[in-house]
Amino acid sequence: MSIFGLFRRTSSAPMARERLQVLLAHERASIGSDLVAILREEILAVIAKHVQVDADRVQVTMDRDEHVSILEIEVEIPLPNAMKAA
Amino acid sequence: MGKVIVVTSGKGGVGKTTSTAALGAALAQRNEKVVVVDFDVGLRNLDLVMGAERRVVYDMVNVIQGDAKLPQALIRDKRLETLFLLAASQTRDKDSLTPEGVERIIGELKKYFDWIICDSPAGIERGATLAMRHADMAVVVTNPEVSSVRDSDRIIGMLDSKTLKAENGERMEKHLLLTRYDANRAERGDMLKVEDVLDILSIPLLGIIPESMDVLKASNVGAPVTLADARSAPAMAYFDAARRLAGETVPIVIPGEKRGLLGKIFGRKAA
Repeated sequence: MSIFGLFRRTSSAPMARERLQVLLAHERASIGSDLVAILREEILAVIAKHVQVDADRVQVTMDRDEHVSILEIEVEIPLPNAMKAA
Repeated sequence: MGKVIVVTSGKGGVGKTTSTAALGAALAQRNEKVVVVDFDVGLRNLDLVMGAERRVVYDMVNVIQGDAKLPQALIRDKRLETLFLLAASQTRDKDSLTPEGVERIIGELKKYFDWIICDSPAGIERGATLAMRHADMAVVVTNPEVSSVRDSDRIIGMLDSKTLKAENGERMEKHLLLTRYDANRAERGDMLKVEDVLDILSIPLLGIIPESMDVLKASNVGAPVTLADARSAPAMAYFDAARRLAGETVPIVIPGEKRGLLGKIFGRKAA
């Protein structure tokens, strides 16, 4: 450290502030993962009323961008037995 | 009908119990009927900070389980006529605090008191969620330090989703109580400033409590700091915060910021 280093104060608070802002922006966005779980269950329940679906064959994903969020739902509907037999 | 306030933070050791006791005693000194309720089952401490640890006969779990009536479990403060304490149970069984039991007790307390101040345990488990469940208003206690700010952010998210108010689509009123603040260290850039914490958490400020020896001294003797030494810096800050809770407009002052030249020199040496 140079002699001038003794006089120059490096403050740590701005770093704390910046780290927190980055971390919390990320954490607040990922809280949405709860939402995906809820959506998945409710969407599945609605579809199951009309067609038989396998719970494992439903994919719900949420992509969050700075400007838009995209909700993707992929449901695999098995062929009815009658058709399978034919 | 009384107003239910939860004092919460997520992180432990930031001053929830100290603040519950201090705000409770400050409001009671305005002649309002106040009950402070400890939700920290298994690790109760509000009784100790209030100086009532030897007078606890029945606790909240006794009332929930029907072993005692609510008035039997309420401990009246020796110094303030209108201040009461409902202690937490020291049982290890955290499940003894049931949602139905808590709802019934809070409902009854609201009939008799102007303020019901719920001291939340640290963490985000059952005790913490039950403490905030029926709140009309939340006091988020935060230290100007990264881990405390992060945990407060998490708790704010829970207040907006896991409380009755939130579930009914109403807005939960949240206030920031910044504790253990050291204006000199913040000025030097070694501690997050008030504005930094407000910017990050973006909830309104209820008060700034300075780091002070008087807080420890008060808990040593078993008195809320607003009773032990009403003229100390932290006590005055808590009195201001209590006035704001009661709806008064009180300008915010940053405690300990105005220092003379001598204070600055000695303040730096001491830190």
